Amino acid sequence: MNKFKETSFKSVTYLASLFTIVFLFAIILSIFYEGIPIFKHVSLIKFLTSPSWHPTHFPPDFGILSLIAGSFLVTLGALIISIPLGLGSAIYISELAGPTSKEILKPVIELLASIPSVVYGLFGMAFLSPLLIKIFHVPTGLNIFSASIILGIMVVPIISSMSEDALSTVPKSLREASLALGANKWETIIRVVVPAAKSGIFSSIILGFGRAIGETMVVLMVAGGAAQIPKGLFQPVRPMPAAIAAEMGETVIGSPHFHALYGISIILFTVTFISILITEFIVHRRKK
Amino acid sequence: MNFKKLLTLSVLISLISLPLLAQSGKITIAGSTTVLPIAQATAEIFMDSHPEINISVRGGGSSVGIASIIAGTADIGDASRHISTKEIAQARENGINPYENIVANDGIAIILNKNNPINDLSLSQLQSIYTGKIQNWKELGGPSLPIVLISRDVSSGTFEVFNSIVLSGAKAAESALMLASNNAVATTVKDTPGAIGYAGLGYVTDAIKAIKVNGVMPAKQTIQSKEYPISRTLHMYTNGAPKGIVKTYIDFILSPEGQALVEEQGFISVD
Repeated sequence: MNKFKETSFKSVTYLASLFTIVFLFAIILSIFYEGIPIFKHVSLIKFLTSPSWHPTHFPPDFGILSLIAGSFLVTLGALIISIPLGLGSAIYISELAGPTSKEILKPVIELLASIPSVVYGLFGMAFLSPLLIKIFHVPTGLNIFSASIILGIMVVPIISSMSEDALSTVPKSLREASLALGANKWETIIRVVVPAAKSGIFSSIILGFGRAIGETMVVLMVAGGAAQIPKGLFQPVRPMPAAIAAEMGETVIGSPHFHALYGISIILFTVTFISILITEFIVHRRKK
Repeated sequence: MNFKKLLTLSVLISLISLPLLAQSGKITIAGSTTVLPIAQATAEIFMDSHPEINISVRGGGSSVGIASIIAGTADIGDASRHISTKEIAQARENGINPYENIVANDGIAIILNKNNPINDLSLSQLQSIYTGKIQNWKELGGPSLPIVLISRDVSSGTFEVFNSIVLSGAKAAESALMLASNNAVATTVKDTPGAIGYAGLGYVTDAIKAIKVNGVMPAKQTIQSKEYPISRTLHMYTNGAPKGIVKTYIDFILSPEGQALVEEQGFISVD
């Protein structure tokens, strides 16, 4: 009887894990199935290197370089903001904070992760964007800079909580050895604890990158949506997820524009897939 | 005895429901998000007075509406633009004869930030602005302020109409902000001093200002008379002239009660 319980439990959990694999492959298959036909209308090289995105013009232009540029620029901006904030708060919580402030700070930062992205988007659109126009006298408040700030705030909890986990798994003996050798607390953190946790910190940054580049609602609402190669920090851009979300609803299924949007999702998927592979590789190497 | 009762009952029921059955059924509507509020509002009131007819309304965009008429997957295809000759040819191939029912008029207002002193632009000035030839309001006699172009997403019906009337086929400047809804356009214009945008007349509020185009202000009269240049008709396409329950429904939209609902949604009645 016990044996039966055990095998049935095992098969139920096995089925559950099988389901996620089936879903993953179904999604991958469908985006490639719907995306590859676009390359009958435009070559892969032209698709990736032409900055001209006029999908409903006659004749249409399907070049996504400006969309790729938009995605990478807002993501880079988000990381520039979130790495110091996330890493700094992780070091403070793990190494310096007393038990009370630790107990307050940890859940508050995690709360930041529970705010729906559309709320972040609204905040950016209704509050941050008019503020930027007032402060910097820029023509529009929907641009790389504002999208980077909002995305950066969204990524902070990912970097912070994962880095904090990595820092707190550094063995106590390492810290004690460093202190015993005469290093002060500051030197111990920078020279010993952070280097010991560097693979965990690095994978938190890669995960944050994946989160920022795939985020849709915020870039749709705050990045401005201009399909151009920007010439400055305060220019609007159209990141890949924004283009897919804004245009998919009103294209005819099976049209070249429809396949082009799936083509963009192949590129987006490839980028996030590579970033996950890098994290897995780092974690795997650390275990060895 | 029991059997007799049952028989009388069923005869009675069929007697009552027969006149209703003649008109019962289901209408599917798909297409333009601009026409969607008209379809929803009229379908709701129509179903109240015709409970035996069930209407399901979907969005999807003008191209989707026309495509579903061509494919025969909907009874009514909503479109904020006219059917193209290419689409008519496709329909003929499928043995379908698309029939255009005009259900409302709509004007696309050019909107500026309230503090912008400009009050009138010509269509050719608008074209120069939207293709990026004119980049500063001072070239038009306004303050020295860079123009921020605001446009709708390329697959929206509003973009298509603006594109054909104002840009007449030229490409919009790539620096234009492409926003996902009429509402987003209105909000951004309100918050951006140098902005110019366009939206359906129903979205013009006191927080922004609509300007004259070619000297004509967008209003009910000027749009109905086609005097205002950026106006359009909104359509419901059917396969052949509407028949049966579809005709009953479209007749309802064109009735004074239906047209009042059209105006309530921020559009302009047909006549």
